[in-house]
Amino acid sequence: MKRLRSATELEGFRQEILAARDPNKPCVTICSGTGCHAYSCERVSQAFTKELKSRGLQGEVDVRRTGCHGYCERGTIVVIFPEEICYLRVQPEDVPEIIATTLIEKKLVDRLLYQDEEGQKIVHEGEIPFYKHQERTVFGSNRFIDPRSIEDYLAVGGYSALAKALCSMQPEEIIGEIKRSGLRGRGGGGFPTGMKWESCRNAPSPAGVRYIICNADEGDPGAYMDRSLLEGNPHSIIEGMIIGACAIESHHGYVYVRHEYPLAVENLGIALEQAREYGLLGEDILGSGFDFDIKISRGGGAFICGESTALMASLEGRIGEPRAKHIHTVINGLHGRPTNLNNVETWANVPLIINHGADWYSQIGTANSKGTKIFSLVGRINNTGLVEVPMGITLREIIFDIGGGIPEGRKFKAVQTGGPSGGCIPESLVDLPVDFDRLVEAGSMMGSGGMIVMDETTCMVDLAKYFVKFLTEESCGKCVPCREGLDRMLDILTDITEGQGKPSDIELLEELGDVIRGTSLCALGSTAPNPVLSTIKYFRDEYEAHVNEKRCPAGVCKALITFSIDEEKCTGCGVCIKSCPQMAISGEKKKLHTIDQEKCIACGLCRDACKFEAVIVS
Amino acid sequence: MVELTIDGIKTSVPEGTTVLEAAREMGIIIPALCYHPGLTPYGACRVCIVEVVKGSQSLLEASCTLPVAQGQTIITSSAKVSQARKVIIELLLAACPNSKTLQDLAASMGVNRVRFKIKDKNCILCGLCVRYCKEQMQSGGIGFVGRGTSRRVATAFGETPEECRNCNGCEWICPVCERACMAGSLTDGVCGRCLNLAPVETCPVCTHCSEAVGSSGHRVY
Ligand SMILES: Cc1cc2nc3c(=O)[nH]c(=O)nc-3n(C[C@H](O)[C@H](O)[C@H](O)COP(=O)(O)O)c2cc1C
Ligand code: SF4
Ligand code: SF4
Ligand code: SF4
Ligand code: FES
Ligand code: FES
Repeated sequence: MKRLRSATELEGFRQEILAARDPNKPCVTICSGTGCHAYSCERVSQAFTKELKSRGLQGEVDVRRTGCHGYCERGTIVVIFPEEICYLRVQPEDVPEIIATTLIEKKLVDRLLYQDEEGQKIVHEGEIPFYKHQERTVFGSNRFIDPRSIEDYLAVGGYSALAKALCSMQPEEIIGEIKRSGLRGRGGGGFPTGMKWESCRNAPSPAGVRYIICNADEGDPGAYMDRSLLEGNPHSIIEGMIIGACAIESHHGYVYVRHEYPLAVENLGIALEQAREYGLLGEDILGSGFDFDIKISRGGGAFICGESTALMASLEGRIGEPRAKHIHTVINGLHGRPTNLNNVETWANVPLIINHGADWYSQIGTANSKGTKIFSLVGRINNTGLVEVPMGITLREIIFDIGGGIPEGRKFKAVQTGGPSGGCIPESLVDLPVDFDRLVEAGSMMGSGGMIVMDETTCMVDLAKYFVKFLTEESCGKCVPCREGLDRMLDILTDITEGQGKPSDIELLEELGDVIRGTSLCALGSTAPNPVLSTIKYFRDEYEAHVNEKRCPAGVCKALITFSIDEEKCTGCGVCIKSCPQMAISGEKKKLHTIDQEKCIACGLCRDACKFEAVIVS
Repeated sequence: MVELTIDGIKTSVPEGTTVLEAAREMGIIIPALCYHPGLTPYGACRVCIVEVVKGSQSLLEASCTLPVAQGQTIITSSAKVSQARKVIIELLLAACPNSKTLQDLAASMGVNRVRFKIKDKNCILCGLCVRYCKEQMQSGGIGFVGRGTSRRVATAFGETPEECRNCNGCEWICPVCERACMAGSLTDGVCGRCLNLAPVETCPVCTHCSEAVGSSGHRVY
């Protein structure tokens, strides 16, 4: 391993790497993100290595294991370069055919290609509708590089932003560039990053100690962009952090990552080690005399530990609970010293801004929200996965163009953005441009970028209950409005879904929600009523139906629905009898079956089992 | 010195003072439960909230943890503040229905019903005992365990720890562990023990017992 001692040496080394690589040499890339691991990508890549070897092709074809491509539900994803042929749902058994047909005969394996609604096959990854409408600037490199190879990162221009910042920019210039780019924090609050850096740099500190932290706690259910970035492109985050350190003159950095992310921790650890070996991290970075090192700190996985002050308490080894932030963490943070905390995705944006300039960056997005944002699109939607889009794109484009709409021809009802404490945005606002401010205006928030799509079979009261339950469990329990208030909110919602709701309950929820929002100590509490208040705002009629008519319009709340069998449709096949765990269904063969309401627990298994749609919910 | 306006009155106090202390200095009463002059502010109970006016907007902040700032404008008892305090005390009562301190506070704010489910936990997690133990006794006998609604004050492994100096301070400082005063021990409507003669404004069955509500102990519901 050689230690790079200057920007020139770095550039020279990059040229060496590129010269040794033949862009026309076939290369099989296999997604090895956590999603594809669940689809046995490990065995797929072993199959490739083995099969290539047995055909004596190991020298002629490169095999590379990359990070997450975002389209995880179609894993394992295999892309073959230089043609960029994209195969989806590849199983180990498909490997010999891919090698024989595509690598040797140069033909396509049709059945593994993407097929659109009209049955048309699509060959290139970028042309698949899911990808076509995205703008992958931050997430884009994931699919080209092996996260465990610093050479791959260098080959796509890695660490050139660091060299530029370190060797040809003053700290003030770096901060100025970030400020002008309009970058706002991707961790939830959307605080202007440049301003944060500047306050931290200017904060007085004895002995000049300042800390830099990367927040990789990512606790929102369903969100995993930070994980995918850390797993798939750890060097981009390290590079961003070193640039930040340079700007605020910090010498100690931490990545706080939850222990449930073993692959992220592993890949990050390898990347840190490599960066140190090459002289890109540690003492005398690139011969500039600047020292900065990063440690990994593994969190226990409490949602609240993502909050800045709780995170720092946890890093210090104390209970992860927030404190009042009247003195900001940029002045008094970790160990009482000025500390700059940014989200994983925020850090990953930094090298791009330094490389391409603030003017390039600020062209993307809307007036007050610049750049792109990665969302995790889940729920009742055809294409689930990670999508990166420019700020200002409408919800409609995300849900219908990229997400491919709602499955089974159902109707789109609402989308919940911003994680558990975000709000629900109804169908009527589907043309809302997505940026920090517009989402807040609509009663929701950007949060870390979760997006849960709901169709007509989702009950909004039940949904609000689900999120409040999550937050009640994840509240640290320090302050009264959040701990007791959320718990009582959950009681009221439970009553409503169980048919015990009182007419005054809806107003009580609103009153309680306002108080929790206004008086909680930290942002977990002050945003927690969002799911309830936004669903009351947009779906009040649904709450009223539960309370006044004891009816669940979506047919979800078990206490308010009954299952019965339609005389007309029932063929007497008896399938439902076998499906029922309560043995509540009886009937003779080929005759109408009936459900004993006393025994029925409204699990809905018979409805799923019946092939004739004879089980009706009312 | 920092100049600020509290309830329309200008004052100036040394830097580092909290808004709660500044207001108390002026004789303005702000209720507080987790605050104690001898302990570090904690900001958990939220009954000390005040309105901080910023231009045309205003925010609610806990005054016990809010440091004074030059030119700050504070309102300690607006409709917004008392509305929020009422809901908070209602929540506290739902968690500790038998605390006399809480009942008195509720009564003084005109709260005479609890609309939430009662779940008697006998602790409001104000942390006074934990801080007292740590900061005044330099011990670490008790601490918080658990998260969310399962959070509670406990000793390590549920045993009396070696660090405990048997000072009883934790019990003394607790606003809710105190035994509820029963009607039987009333003499002339004043409980001999606490002699708390705080005026009671709103209780419909008030007999000026000095308790907040009712004559059959401190039950508000
Ligand atoms: C309850 C709660 C959980 C949070 N979880 C995370 C998280 O998992 N990851 C994250 O980056 N920020 C999280 N945040 C936001 C952080 O407090 C902080 O604002 C952010 O990391 C700052 O980085 P940024 O300026 O780059 O957005 C959370 C905030 C709250 C209140
Ligand atoms: S708002 Fe909730 S999470 Fe935040 S300090 Fe209060 S109890 Fe803890
Ligand atoms: S409800 Fe459906 S599954 Fe059940 S007996 Fe009738 S036809 Fe068969
Ligand atoms: S035991 Fe008493 S003093 Fe200790 S936290 Fe609970 S209410 Fe506060
Ligand atoms: S893990 Fe393979 S596409 Fe996400
Ligand atoms: S006294 Fe201020 S929050 Fe408890």
